[in-house]
Amino acid sequence: MSNAHERVEKNVGLMIVLTLIAVSFGGLAEIVPLFWQKATTEPLESLEPYTALEMEGRDIYIREGCHVCHTQMVRPLRAETERYGAYSVAGEDVWEHPFLWGSKRTGPDLARVGLRPITEQWHREHLRDPRQVVPESNMPAYPWLQKNLVDWTTTERKLRVFKDTFGVPYSDQDIAEQLNKIEGEWANATEEDALVAYLLSLGQERKEVAQ
Amino acid sequence: MSDFWSWFIIIIVAINLLGCAGLLLWNNQISPEEAAKETTGHSFDGIQERNAPLPRWWLFLFIGTLIFACVYLVLYPGLGKFPGVLNWSSTLQYEKEVALVARQTDPLFEQFAKVPVDELIGYPEALAVGGRLFANNCAICHGSDARGAKGYPNLADDDWLYGGEPKQIITSIAQGRTGMMPPMAAAIGNTDKAVRDMAIYVQSLSRPDLAKDAEKAAAIERAQPKFAICAACHGQDGKGIQAMGAPNLTDTTWLYGPRLEDIETTIREGRKGEMPKHENLLSKEKIHVIAAYVYSLSNKPAP
Repeated sequence: MSNAHERVEKNVGLMIVLTLIAVSFGGLAEIVPLFWQKATTEPLESLEPYTALEMEGRDIYIREGCHVCHTQMVRPLRAETERYGAYSVAGEDVWEHPFLWGSKRTGPDLARVGLRPITEQWHREHLRDPRQVVPESNMPAYPWLQKNLVDWTTTERKLRVFKDTFGVPYSDQDIAEQLNKIEGEWANATEEDALVAYLLSLGQERKEVAQ
Repeated sequence: MSDFWSWFIIIIVAINLLGCAGLLLWNNQISPEEAAKETTGHSFDGIQERNAPLPRWWLFLFIGTLIFACVYLVLYPGLGKFPGVLNWSSTLQYEKEVALVARQTDPLFEQFAKVPVDELIGYPEALAVGGRLFANNCAICHGSDARGAKGYPNLADDDWLYGGEPKQIITSIAQGRTGMMPPMAAAIGNTDKAVRDMAIYVQSLSRPDLAKDAEKAAAIERAQPKFAICAACHGQDGKGIQAMGAPNLTDTTWLYGPRLEDIETTIREGRKGEMPKHENLLSKEKIHVIAAYVYSLSNKPAP
């Protein structure tokens, strides 16, 4: 037995292999089984795929870095559910790619913002100039969103990737419908329209639980 | 969780714990011959490593963590499907927390709900609770001081769009309100001048001194007959009709701004003021307490 560990300590390759085995235990026990659990792989029955407008709004949300200051994860703590709404469950994020849980709340959590009694008009005014409606707010203003038109060039591709790669149940007919709307009612939609549509969609899958 | 994954986790946890214990034993046992050596034989830049056993405090701490792990796995979920003898889960803990707070606060809210709003404003503790509820639910539009913002009414003054009686406040909170001012430019002549004239007239309702200016007096005269159209909602005297949420134009409260430009925009594009309903979000008792808080901002309790 004496000094057998010398072999490990003086052999970097072996040390790396053994270290990897040691650190993999946590992931193997806590993460790998989740890949096969229904709770994490099956969407909630109430979950609806994003419309094209909401999906573009989501990408604007990511582009503007909203997730840096806003989480979308209500923890199962009374103080949080009292303020934001029903706590988050894995089944509502099955179609989120990438998920936008965030890690820091400079602003409030937004996972249930679509269920709050907030008007669309408020969201618009708040995005253009947050201090107009909330004087204490330290959120930056996003006035350009109301001027920029949504860039629809990659939307169809996005929908197809979500359908084919991520298994979001869009039918070809759904996609055709969305493309029609892009040509029609959403042809002149602004980025603000898209972002507000996305914000109002947040939490709808938990509407039943919230009330 | 299927049996397979349950056992998968149990086995990994067991290997992990046994592996740690094994490593400890392995490193703790050396032959007497090894132990007798002065140094380990390691030499770094002339510095030699003394041959010493594992420090006792560290060793016992390590054994302590192993014991802790075993106790933990018996008490709490960790071994696959085994829920632990305490039957703890985050959902259960959450539900207990919610139930506990409900037990603590429900009687309080019930007690407050029995007191009429105009008396409840004499209860500082009810107003403190109402203030918190207001901050969480109402402040984003009406402001943390309840003084509102452009398009969002000031609740701290004694001017009310839909009435300031307790019952009316409760209705506003519970069922919401929708105020609609249609675009009126077409109805009053559809020219920039007609819109400006009307804006000056509306401004003059609360500022009679404007008529001293000859130019403005002419505009007021031109607009006055057309105000009959506006009177359908705002009343012939411009004092508004509370039942419709049509604001009083003769006072100095301006929901969308007192400047000519603001008034012109209102006439030209109309306004839509929506107070969302809250009865699905807040219990009756909570709405009662919030109403008392709002009422207290412009009313003093009876002595």
